[in-house]
Amino acid sequence: MKPSAFDYLRAETTQHALEALARGGEGARVLAGGQSLMAVLNMRLAQPQLLIDISRTAELNTVRVEDAHLVVGAAATQGSVEWRATLADEVPLLAMAFPHISHFQIRNRGTVCGSVAHADPSAELPLVLTALGGEVVLRSARRRRVLPAASFFQGMLMTAREPDELVEAVRFPLRRPGARYGFAEFSARHGDFALVACAATVTDEAIALAVGGVADRPVLETWPRLQSKDLEEAINDFSWKLGAQDDAHISAQYRRHLVRQLGMRVIEEAK
Amino acid sequence: MSKTTKGAVSCKPAEVMQRQEQRRITLTLNGRERSGHCEPRELLSDFLRHGLGATGTHVGCEHGVCGACTVRVDGVAARSCLMLAVQAEHRAIDTVEGLAPAEGLGDLQEAFRRHHALQCGFCTAGILMSCADYLERVPEPSEAQVRDMLSGHLCRCTGYTPIVAAVLDVAAIRARARPAAAGVVTEEACDA
Repeated sequence: MKPSAFDYLRAETTQHALEALARGGEGARVLAGGQSLMAVLNMRLAQPQLLIDISRTAELNTVRVEDAHLVVGAAATQGSVEWRATLADEVPLLAMAFPHISHFQIRNRGTVCGSVAHADPSAELPLVLTALGGEVVLRSARRRRVLPAASFFQGMLMTAREPDELVEAVRFPLRRPGARYGFAEFSARHGDFALVACAATVTDEAIALAVGGVADRPVLETWPRLQSKDLEEAINDFSWKLGAQDDAHISAQYRRHLVRQLGMRVIEEAK
Repeated sequence: MSKTTKGAVSCKPAEVMQRQEQRRITLTLNGRERSGHCEPRELLSDFLRHGLGATGTHVGCEHGVCGACTVRVDGVAARSCLMLAVQAEHRAIDTVEGLAPAEGLGDLQEAFRRHHALQCGFCTAGILMSCADYLERVPEPSEAQVRDMLSGHLCRCTGYTPIVAAVLDVAAIRARARPAAAGVVTEEACDA
């Protein structure tokens, strides 16, 4: 299908985009890579009055290391981060997750911030951001604020972003010394949204497991270094706590099974 | 088309383009400057086909899943159904029409024919454009890498095996055409 009619603005600068967002209110949507939004528009699941295109806003097309974080600007594509030669050293979990995110052709144009702003509960980038305790930088004409991932994601496709705010950047903490990482997901076909995805961080003191695709947002749980039997029980408790639901794809029981299996696998991988 | 010069084509991008407004946009299609009119909501895939008559690009699912409409935007393989025509203004768009030289077929197209890598051909234009981008970045991919890249395309005829064979064949042929350069590097390395 084709999108319904909208006004279109190509933002030259961040300021320009923020002013348009402030004026446009709830009827305005930011278009970055468009790999989620354009599909939604084509299917007419959303019919915004104004699209604010930031895909060519040069000052938002940045990827840099700053204050022990990899900071990815709103117009930077997933491909520009994925093909970064130093990524596996900087944010190993991100390097592990990229091959699971849709396809090469989509990552070429899709943005990191766009996926985070879209907040699909099955998407890999919100999961990685949650697993690492990353942050989202929100900017509007009136203020700039930084939210931890845990308070940014508020539910299925819902975030703490106000209508006049732009996800200006996301901040992934760099690899912590001594930390090891694991990532795995199960989907119907390679590149599809995950039915369940798991990301683990293991240090000498703690085990952290983040799960996507089960609750209405990615969820992180942390334990001390438990013995194998205790860990299995802890992950089982976690799988129930996530409140899995039956849906058209798989049953709640199977989702819990995948959390137990993939959860153990990524923790073992990271140990 | 020939009367307008690049940069003076349309109103400033800093202005809001109204929903019913027809804007004349110029882009470079397969190396040639082309112009046409479009509304904000017009998809690049439709603009290429209807606005510029370049019907080599096929439209399948229109939500980015099937890959039939894949083109190169400034060299990078992307879905033309997930992009607006106005976003392509002043950009270089390459489509399947640009793969062949004046006479005959390009090497990718030739390999697809040799390996029977297409039957109905609906998916082929998009697959070729993905391959063109990917092989420039990863000139000698493994079979697993080729299959991963092709996972962004749906083909219901071939079962993919002949497509994989064609892509690997092109990579091998191109690699054989490069031995001189590779040899020089090796010799220098040996001398050092």
